[in-house]
Amino acid sequence: MAKSRTELGQIVTGVARDPLGLMGLIIVGTIVFCAIFAYWIVPFDPVGMNIKDRLQGPSWTHLLGTDQLGRDTFSRVIAGGQVALQVALPAVFGAMAIGLTLGMIAGYGPKWLDNLLMLFFDTIRSFPTVMFALAVVALVGPSLQTVVFVVMATSIPTYGRVARTQTLTLRNSEFILAERSMGASMTRILGVHMLPNIVGVLAVLAAMDIPTVIALEAGLSFLGLGVKPPTPSWGALLKDGYSLIRQTPWLVVGGGLPIILATLGFTFLGESLRDVVDPKLRKQR
Amino acid sequence: MLLYATRRFGLALLILIVAVTVMFLMIRAVPGDPVQIMLGPRATPELQARLTAELALDQPIWKQLLIFYGNLMQGDLGIDVFSGRSVTAIVFEQLPHTLWLILGSIAWSATLGIALGAYAAAHPNTLIDRITAAISVSFVAAPAFVVALLSLLIFAVNLQWFPAIGAGEGFWGRLDHLVLPAFAIGLSWVGYIARLVRASMLEVMGESHIRTARAFGIHERRVVMVYALRIAILPVVTVIGVGMGFLLSSAVFAEIVFARPGLGKLVIDSITTRNYPIVMGSVLISTGLFVVSTALADLINAWLDPRARTAK
Repeated sequence: MAKSRTELGQIVTGVARDPLGLMGLIIVGTIVFCAIFAYWIVPFDPVGMNIKDRLQGPSWTHLLGTDQLGRDTFSRVIAGGQVALQVALPAVFGAMAIGLTLGMIAGYGPKWLDNLLMLFFDTIRSFPTVMFALAVVALVGPSLQTVVFVVMATSIPTYGRVARTQTLTLRNSEFILAERSMGASMTRILGVHMLPNIVGVLAVLAAMDIPTVIALEAGLSFLGLGVKPPTPSWGALLKDGYSLIRQTPWLVVGGGLPIILATLGFTFLGESLRDVVDPKLRKQR
Repeated sequence: MLLYATRRFGLALLILIVAVTVMFLMIRAVPGDPVQIMLGPRATPELQARLTAELALDQPIWKQLLIFYGNLMQGDLGIDVFSGRSVTAIVFEQLPHTLWLILGSIAWSATLGIALGAYAAAHPNTLIDRITAAISVSFVAAPAFVVALLSLLIFAVNLQWFPAIGAGEGFWGRLDHLVLPAFAIGLSWVGYIARLVRASMLEVMGESHIRTARAFGIHERRVVMVYALRIAILPVVTVIGVGMGFLLSSAVFAEIVFARPGLGKLVIDSITTRNYPIVMGSVLISTGLFVVSTALADLINAWLDPRARTAK
């Protein structure tokens, strides 16, 4: 335990020493902080209407102005971060868990199973993400769960393939051969000896995947096919902003900037993590 | 090469078959009567009976799948419930708009990206190299639809340099209308491609055939432009082929934001009117496009670099 704690400490120090990594840490930290404490940060109720004050520009009362229903844009941006992470985290972790399991099975199991799983991965990847998302939404209707499901389903192959490659490489390494010759079971080899060596790489992938997920959620909500109104999502803000683009620029700015910031933050963090955790991976992507 | 091509397209075909089957099963797995969902609650019983017969819904599921494939082979994706026209015709009417948009986006971003990347690799650690690196990292991340909205706000609404909606008439009109959406889709690709080309260029420049070319006294510019770049742009070909899915996805958003005709607009409009045959037809065709473009990218790669043929 003590060992892994120092390792974690080294990783954090490594990331913080890299200027881009530090920036990523700060941005991501701010977003996570705002999402967790959104309830205390927002100056107004994110869904509370006040028609009298509608479509205002930025002021000290309303930092980013108000929308067509007089809702405070700043409050909706902060609360939107909560929605973004509510979709991104379960989706990414779910995809990672399933992809990891399937990828390890593909890499360690018999050849036919490997081929079958690879075909499965290739098939999922053959759907253009947004088109697949639209098809699913068209069939089962828009909701937060639909978005999580779509994101999870479409990113399983990425994790699966990397986990498979890692397993294949590890499979013939000496320490695994030694374990096997001592009669260790397959579950023990995969769970105790391989897993720790694969998780790090996948965690880096996950950090870099989060922005894609956030953008997809925002995109679907922008099309009116993601989370339902009046839930404050960055995409929903953009949707309102788009229809009112000639009246006020602040909704588009308020919805767009956090998405760009979040994407930047997670990308910086992910790239810096990658360099610290596994410099070799640089070439793979 | 022929063997490789056959195997690669065999795989593509297999993937397509599985994908289409998954799609088909997904439609059938939706709870409720598909006819009712397609026609809505106000449909007459006669109309429902006719559609049931047309879609062969009264047959067992494996037979339905066979009929579906049979129709697909003949290019028949079903009939649009509202207009009674063939779905294939409707989708192919819109497809060129989307393809031109994608082509325009990738053309400008690949040209600029390759130029920047090659320059950066030939002059590492200069100012241009640093600027390229900074731009790459910042723009790689920007989602296309956010860029589209912001550029609509800045360049169309505020500055009024470019038109905000539609696809335009005539060559110049079309080009004028293409600028902003192509800019939005291509922006994140410039940095991505530049980074890719720079990395692979630096790697290639260290290889022995470049050393040999230099030893023969070939001019440095020719070494870079002909011998190195030819190999260094390989990853770009693959990335564009594989990135077709992203490009299509971005195009959907760009079409909505700039109210352009195209596949994306067709799908979204069809979802709001619950026109399922069109949604499914568009998804199928875009999936096919994606699978074929990935396979083509692999083939071009194998053709330009014989080493790739035996790699897998």
